[in-house]
Amino acid sequence: MVWLKRAGLPILAHAGALTPLALLIWNFFHDQLTANPIQYITFRTGKTALVLLVLALACTPLNVLFGLKQAVALRKPFGLYAFLYAALHFVTFVGLDYQFDPELLKEAIFKKRYALVGFAAFLALLPLAVTSTRGWMRRLGKNWKRLHRLVYLAALLAVVHFVWLVKSDVREPLAYGAGVIVLLALRLKSVRRASAKLREKLVGKQGECRQVAVHEDLR
Amino acid sequence: MEKIPSSEITPESVYLSRRRFVGSLGALAASALLPSGLRAADRFEELRKELTPLKSITSYNNFYEFSTQKEAVAGLSQGFRTSPWTVKVSGHVRNPATLDIDDLRKKFPQEERIYRLRCVEGWSMVIPWMGFPLASLLKIVEPTEKAKFVRFETLLDTKQMPGQGASWYSWPYVEGLRLDEAMNDLAILATGLYGNPLPPQNGAPIRLVVPWKYGFKSIKSIVKIELVGSMPISLWMRAAPNEYGFYANVNPAVDHPRWSQSSERRIGEFFRRKTLPFNGYSEQVAHLYAGMDLRRNY
Repeated sequence: MVWLKRAGLPILAHAGALTPLALLIWNFFHDQLTANPIQYITFRTGKTALVLLVLALACTPLNVLFGLKQAVALRKPFGLYAFLYAALHFVTFVGLDYQFDPELLKEAIFKKRYALVGFAAFLALLPLAVTSTRGWMRRLGKNWKRLHRLVYLAALLAVVHFVWLVKSDVREPLAYGAGVIVLLALRLKSVRRASAKLREKLVGKQGECRQVAVHEDLR
Repeated sequence: MEKIPSSEITPESVYLSRRRFVGSLGALAASALLPSGLRAADRFEELRKELTPLKSITSYNNFYEFSTQKEAVAGLSQGFRTSPWTVKVSGHVRNPATLDIDDLRKKFPQEERIYRLRCVEGWSMVIPWMGFPLASLLKIVEPTEKAKFVRFETLLDTKQMPGQGASWYSWPYVEGLRLDEAMNDLAILATGLYGNPLPPQNGAPIRLVVPWKYGFKSIKSIVKIELVGSMPISLWMRAAPNEYGFYANVNPAVDHPRWSQSSERRIGEFFRRKTLPFNGYSEQVAHLYAGMDLRRNY
């Protein structure tokens, strides 16, 4: 039971992150990808990548502000899954939709701003996925954390990509944008200090101790 | 019954080559000799081999009155009431009229037109419509000299069309054509699809089809047709004037900020196709835009 308690959250996270892919495969074999499957796969993988990116960004604040330590361990899998879906999204667009047509790709890069920022977001995620291993963490030392701040940029670019893709109704992309901005704001020093003070008042000294440790972790 | 001697029966191969010969003659010189409708009918037949399956046509619909999700429209539109239904024709006309949909069907002989449909989003279909030329209706109401444009309006009914609750669009859906565009034989009012009445998701009971323009110009579920003196402002022109102009002719040379207009994916096909100017109907419509800068008049 203790095992389940400890492993429960990661299992849930892995299962949750793989479900969209499983569904996509199921829908593929059951002819449920609409009359325009390539475009539909592009939408679905892109949306899933963004959701997972938001979840990855939520892990640290969940720990810092609410003391949910287990969330920290989920940051890496969420980030990697986000990259997996972003890669599927990118390959579907470039390979299946545009079929590596140089003219179309040139047009996408130079004329389609949405494609350009989408591509930039993907490029920002790429080194993070590569350096996600323990070995790279050790090798990069302090710079690892610096490098991995690129995820903030990737998330913002992904939101802009989404905003520029919708016709007129920007509610959904802006909701994601608001989520990302809140999650980034929670990382500001002033916000963290305020929350630490609040926690101090609420939980007393014990909380303060923990807060210091958490501060270190966040840096 | 008279028997035809077997010596006079044309072998299929000869029949086909003869048709091809007539076809090429038509393309070469017949514009002055044959009525354009006949040539057009021949062209429509060529597309019969490429027909998009009915299931795709009825399950992948841009009809924002119901949903912005193309795959959700069919389900949401099933209870849509299309009877009784009237179309009011008014404005600068000598004989304004309010026509019942059943009368319209009876009054104007329904013919099949197989057209390409090119959506601005970069996908396309080949659809066998049933309908009649818009010009036939306009001739009956007799536009006056003041009439320069035709303005079309979709039903406004938020109870039946939940998408019309979205306040960032100016409902009802409005579209327009220049009068000479509207009088072109290719522009039809469609009431059927694959030989059956239009399903709700495809714009029942009556819709416009202008195959040389992007799909959004072909307004669905029409209740009002008005002959007006100035250019109507369509819903999409209001929503995003930098993206959608009044003309919206299919044009691979004019770019859109999101979708490639140089090529398209035909629904059901894996490889993309080159998009044709005026969606392949240059011969019939290019003359309407002689001397116009189509980059500006997008």
